[in-house]
Amino acid sequence: MAELERLKMKLERGKISRREFLSRVSAMGLAATAPALYSATAMGGPKKGGRLRSAVAHGSTTDMLDPATYENGFMSTVGYALQNHLGEVDETGAMVPELAESWEVSNGAKTWAFNLRQGVEFHNGKTLDSDDVIASFQHHMGDDTKSPAKGLLEQVESMRKDGPNQVIFELTGGNADFAYIAADYHIAIKAAKDGKIEANDGIGTSGYVLKDFDPGVRCFMTRNPNYWKEGRAHFDEVEMLSVIDPAARTNALTTGEVDVMDRVDLKTAHLLAREAGVRVEETTGTKHYTFPMRTDTPPFDDNNVRMALKHALNREEIVEKVLFGHGVVGNDHPIAPSNPFHAATLEQRTYDPDKARFYADKAGGNIKVQLSAADAAFPGAVDAAVLYREHAAAAGIDIEVVREPNDGYWSNVWMKKPWCACYWGGRPTEDWMFSVAYQAGGSWNDTFWTHERFDQLLIDARAETDQAKRRAMYFEMQQIVRDEGGVVVPMFANYVFAMADKVQHGPLAGNWDMDGTKYIEKWWFA
Amino acid sequence: MFSLLRVVAQRFALGLLTLFIVSLVIASIVELLPGDITQAILGQTATPETVEAFRRELGIDRPVHERYIEWLKGMVTGDMGKSLANKREISDLVGTRLSNTLFLGGFAAAIAVPLSLFLGLLAALYRNSIFDRGINLFTLTSISFPEFFVAYILILLFAVKTGWFPGISNVSTDLALGDKLFRTLLPAATLTLVVVAHMMRMTRAAIINLLSSDYIEMAHLKGIRPMRVIFYHALPNAWGPIVNVIALNLAYLVVGVVIVEVVFVYPGLGQLLVDSVSKRDVPVVQACSMIFAGVYILLNLLADIVSIVTNPRLLHPR
Repeated sequence: MAELERLKMKLERGKISRREFLSRVSAMGLAATAPALYSATAMGGPKKGGRLRSAVAHGSTTDMLDPATYENGFMSTVGYALQNHLGEVDETGAMVPELAESWEVSNGAKTWAFNLRQGVEFHNGKTLDSDDVIASFQHHMGDDTKSPAKGLLEQVESMRKDGPNQVIFELTGGNADFAYIAADYHIAIKAAKDGKIEANDGIGTSGYVLKDFDPGVRCFMTRNPNYWKEGRAHFDEVEMLSVIDPAARTNALTTGEVDVMDRVDLKTAHLLAREAGVRVEETTGTKHYTFPMRTDTPPFDDNNVRMALKHALNREEIVEKVLFGHGVVGNDHPIAPSNPFHAATLEQRTYDPDKARFYADKAGGNIKVQLSAADAAFPGAVDAAVLYREHAAAAGIDIEVVREPNDGYWSNVWMKKPWCACYWGGRPTEDWMFSVAYQAGGSWNDTFWTHERFDQLLIDARAETDQAKRRAMYFEMQQIVRDEGGVVVPMFANYVFAMADKVQHGPLAGNWDMDGTKYIEKWWFA
Repeated sequence: MFSLLRVVAQRFALGLLTLFIVSLVIASIVELLPGDITQAILGQTATPETVEAFRRELGIDRPVHERYIEWLKGMVTGDMGKSLANKREISDLVGTRLSNTLFLGGFAAAIAVPLSLFLGLLAALYRNSIFDRGINLFTLTSISFPEFFVAYILILLFAVKTGWFPGISNVSTDLALGDKLFRTLLPAATLTLVVVAHMMRMTRAAIINLLSSDYIEMAHLKGIRPMRVIFYHALPNAWGPIVNVIALNLAYLVVGVVIVEVVFVYPGLGQLLVDSVSKRDVPVVQACSMIFAGVYILLNLLADIVSIVTNPRLLHPR
């Protein structure tokens, strides 16, 4: 990245133009981050002040402040603005300390000791200590909890404190990525009282203090003057509005009612980018769209059928027509280019009707299958399915697209119908992604797939601390899923968002939408 | 007068019966929807055990009729119950939303009703003139477009192009009345455009219908000015049908505005109902439906009373 630093310097001194900067950064393969680098570099450091107003595509009257109930983008944004976690994911996808100052791993990645930062205060004045951390984790464990993080924490055998500033986790098996799990957005660190947290009070240690919360409508926060983190929380006040309708969101931004919006309508993104005073930006994260086949149900129990279908899809055309180019093609495994152990050298699967026909013949001739889709799976899922049908027809494969209702899609179609469309937000680590959706018996193993070698590798790689060995293992696992798994992964979709010109930011994190969903604490006004 | 009271009491009782039937229908329809609140809330994380535990916690593992009777008891005593999704009192939840919806509906009605009556009278007075045809063409055009389209056109013209009005109606509770009116003018104008045609044309038709009757001809022959004929002779006899149409449209302004609420991001009751249905939050769905049905029934009752009062023949049915 020395080249990048050199370019930044030249830009600052006016030796190269903005256009040249952008094109040269793009040439380095950093296309998605180029505008971000430009705005951070050209405008000098962050400034304090102002009132940020954002339009968020999510939010429901049934939302609650309890971190164990976060299930949409509005609440995860609120959660990140009010509360901190043990660690956070930075813009390179690496785990960096947050409320934990550091951590030590021992005993084959089975023992994790987190050293807490000292002198951190909650919004109500309480000082952070190890009891708070233990209570915050316990909120997501046990039989009564409804937390989505429950499954993640099943590997925790015990937690104990060693003094007020250290918490030690004992795991049932080694997990070299446990720090990532400890930073899941549900597991916010909140103040403990008598060993329990007050889940619904909105009080945390983060840069903003909750002033007003009207579920499904609005959230208003002011800066925490006492925030411990350097160089963060620049806005004086933040007002978030829930604006579900994409046209209303776009209107709100272009008429100056809000300063940032998420989920730009991809069909009109190019028009919005042309609008004066507005910037459209995007990051490629781990979000991917899939077509999972139930490998326990005929005809998908035959790998030849799966391979035929995997070869019968023109990924480029789907990215072009469904994502309008805002994404990258997938390679039939769920590991994103931004994941640390992505197998970049694994050969890209391409549209090949001849090969599809070859596998179809091996499977015994005519393949006739139904593909269930609804736009609840992902925007454009029905269009993608129809395109798929046309591509497959060229290989003599007959796909019947079944249009399902949006309402109840996740309870009645996904993991019920033999083949459907699905969406995954993705996970920051390979282990996490594979464990939730590909391990035999995993609760969301939506392909009902079992593969002995894969499961063995998964457990071995989890405890392996030698990075080179881990890389080799994850490479093999991606290959296995690609060639034997039950999932078709046509594409990774970019997060596309827009902001007024005066909004500035540093390098963007890609782990979630909108700079890792931390724009409230990271961005600033020029 | 006594018979009027009796008619009102009769209608009122019928209204209550209708409400009861509506509540039964809603309860059974919500029960027919696929999935329940536990699955809607737990989403991908729903395992059979958590779903079971959650159902027990919410008390929805009991049979439908038990829950319905319990709800009915609460409703009769004025207790709407608590939201299943976030345990908040439904009366709190509905309170601000209802006042927002009534505010927007009232604002739109305050523009739409006088405007359409006035336009209808003028159209009747100058029937088949250029004015009459023009106003018919305009109102029919605006009612023929879907409301979100009318809303987008207004936003495009008055928010995006000229910047006169805000593109979304972000009303927080501490807003002064003037600001609130300013911020809700575009949605109110959208609703006005959608309802004016119906009321205006009914006014026009009712008046024109009467204008051909003998006593109006007599009035003309006496040499009374056309304006006076319409206001003093025709209009009092035309109130019945006009008020009925006005009541229908007022009800629409309260119960049918969810699309306008979404387009203008206005926190009204419609959005609450949509959220609750998608989360299967049955008590909130019931409460909202009761309010909507109640508004409908009350406005229709009002229309009936007005038409009875203005038409003595209906007061003494044989």
